[in-house]
Amino acid sequence: MSTTKTASSSVLPGKAVTNGNSNGTVSPRTSPETLTGSQITCRALEAEGVDVVFGYPGGAVIPLYDALPSAGFHHVLTRFEQWAALAADGYARATGKVGVCIATSGPGATNLVTGLANSQLDSIPVVAITGQVGQAMIGLDAFQETDITGITLPITKHNYLVQSVEDIAPTIREAFYLARSGRPGPVLVDIPKNLFQASGKYVPAAVRERRGYQPTTTPNQRQVRMAAELLNNAKRPLIMAGHGILISGAEDSFAKLVDQTGVPVIFTLLGQGSLPESHPQALGLMGMHGHRHVNRALEECDVLVNIGARFDDRATGKVAEFAPKAKVVHVDIDPAEIGKNVHTDVPVVGDARQVINVMLQEVEPRSHDAWLAWIDSQRDTALEAALEDRPDWPEPYTIIKALGQATSHDAIFTTDVGQHQMWAAQHLGLERPNRWLTSGGLGTMGYGLPSAVGAKIGRPDLEVWTIVGDGGFQMSLNELATCVQEKLDVRIAVINNGYLGMVRQWQDLFHAKNYSEVEIYGPDFVKLAEAYGATGFRVTKDSEILPTIQKARETAGPVVIDFVIEPEANVWPIVPPGASNSDMMLHRFEDH
Amino acid sequence: MNRPHLLVVMVEDHPGVLNRVVSLLRRRSINIDSITVGHSEQPGVSRITLVVPGTDDDIEQATKQLYKLLEVLKVTDVTDLPVVSHEMALIKVSAKAQHRQEILLIAQMFNARVIDASPNTLLLEMTGPEDQVDSLLAMLRSFGIRELVRTGSIAMTRGNQQISGKGLHNGVAPTVAVGAN
Repeated sequence: MSTTKTASSSVLPGKAVTNGNSNGTVSPRTSPETLTGSQITCRALEAEGVDVVFGYPGGAVIPLYDALPSAGFHHVLTRFEQWAALAADGYARATGKVGVCIATSGPGATNLVTGLANSQLDSIPVVAITGQVGQAMIGLDAFQETDITGITLPITKHNYLVQSVEDIAPTIREAFYLARSGRPGPVLVDIPKNLFQASGKYVPAAVRERRGYQPTTTPNQRQVRMAAELLNNAKRPLIMAGHGILISGAEDSFAKLVDQTGVPVIFTLLGQGSLPESHPQALGLMGMHGHRHVNRALEECDVLVNIGARFDDRATGKVAEFAPKAKVVHVDIDPAEIGKNVHTDVPVVGDARQVINVMLQEVEPRSHDAWLAWIDSQRDTALEAALEDRPDWPEPYTIIKALGQATSHDAIFTTDVGQHQMWAAQHLGLERPNRWLTSGGLGTMGYGLPSAVGAKIGRPDLEVWTIVGDGGFQMSLNELATCVQEKLDVRIAVINNGYLGMVRQWQDLFHAKNYSEVEIYGPDFVKLAEAYGATGFRVTKDSEILPTIQKARETAGPVVIDFVIEPEANVWPIVPPGASNSDMMLHRFEDH
Repeated sequence: MNRPHLLVVMVEDHPGVLNRVVSLLRRRSINIDSITVGHSEQPGVSRITLVVPGTDDDIEQATKQLYKLLEVLKVTDVTDLPVVSHEMALIKVSAKAQHRQEILLIAQMFNARVIDASPNTLLLEMTGPEDQVDSLLAMLRSFGIRELVRTGSIAMTRGNQQISGKGLHNGVAPTVAVGAN
């Protein structure tokens, strides 16, 4: 590879000279306020309507924390920077606003990485503010120096190393604009410590025009018409509802589209809640742990309209055999998603809400009763019967269903990652938008509790539950302290099987039951809750499930329920990794 | 079909932009055969010429991903357009007295210039299409190539066509990759 770099972009980060005050001649009456970089940072956050930030102080951000007590927003001290990033992610999902997290340089910043990657893969608007060592120290391997903009390059939508105090406000303005516009995502702003301490003029910034950033939100009418035509002429159409419907706030339009077209709807993991699951055309979860009838419908459909999903491999299974009989319409705001994984016949680039609204003008009223009846006939009734007849243990499906019912399907549910997450996705019965917070793309263990902290802070008016496994809970259970300190009524349902259950299930099914390193000892979660100043309950019988859930709902402060389930319960059905959705494995009764 | 693609990428001229472009291609498993960067006719805009092997689908996906970078203004795949695509090579070739005439003759055939000479070497400079540089090198190899440096291709469309006019986004961009996200 030969390289010629003749561009004059050779100003090294950190070697740039701080501009300082250059307009001392302007009269004090009209000149903008002189503030410290820390104060400017706070002002810029206030200007974005920030009401809460999640963070953890440290050397490089001590000057910023100096300004926090007088800032117009609340700071939540998490117990680990990764939980700050994931709390910001949960806050963003629950409120639709941009979540904000703060960390110091070096280890503080690197601890954000998993959280930012989580937000990147699930398109969640988050702004991370990190302290950096002073500009004079950058590049010298100073104490707690890491190249966090370099590290986060591929896992953020964009990132910045701020070079002057005057740049702080415009950079934060642009960071928020990028985070929430187009396809949302995390944006990191790295600010050297000396800039927090420096003085500068605070000028409320306007969003800078960037030639290279012009998200396409309005769809091409002709493309939408082609998509509508396919739907109008389809015999066995299917809509695949993705996260984009929720991100664009299109639930109402989407419900109209579903009613008008009569098309059955299947959900990606993150698309759940975009249409009430009780809707007669809502069929449930697709993909690796999708319901049998849903994956069967995918095999048979002649038109598949994907709205706002990116054809993740957990949803599609083996791509070559995905929806083999279907013409595919793909609606996405990100042109790079079109054709990336699945061949698309009709691409529609645009904001889901705008696309649906245009589509509503083009689709003709239809009903698909015979098609719906056929899909219904493909339900795995044997599995459903088996799930209701297992008296010995608190049955995971029963726990999940009870949680949905007890909360009238109105609570926010966050999850961790693993078996409990899939049981919840299948059986919670999600009725409302933005009440289902789960780590879809990255599959981040530990997500459950911190995201619930973010959700409860953002939506104190709503009941907030997190469903976690005993493995993931042990990653982030130190957030119990945050819950107690912030007096958060967060309910934690631990689905405790003493195993890293999903890995154990794969070892069971695909590795000849070689249970390698999946047995996981855990503490007494009831005593643990009490040690933190929270409340703990344990459930060991089916009959205790509902009453204990009710008790938890009536208890102030954080509550942990330790649901002790059968150690080797599996999630059914399951599509083996790499296999086609049509090769799903159904249940195996001897396992129960 | 896997083949070299010639991409012209117009970017904002900021520190770190080249890193973003290269890092993105690495992230998407796109190998870079050559890359050259320099000023364009527009102030504040740099022009990157990339030679990247891949199928048309690979390169279309890479192009769309490049558009997602904030500083990327325009990406044009000029592989199948009428273009002039040249690179420069400096070649230090062993040239004892008995071979000098023959080497000079070869250099002449390729319009290569002698820019330095010593009793045992000649330093040739050649500018031209990549395959012609390859041919020159093939002719010189038997004399002994002491040192070689190649710039990688730079490209420009022929005639009235213009890659980097005003309104960078309204040019030859792929149909679905209008704008960035």
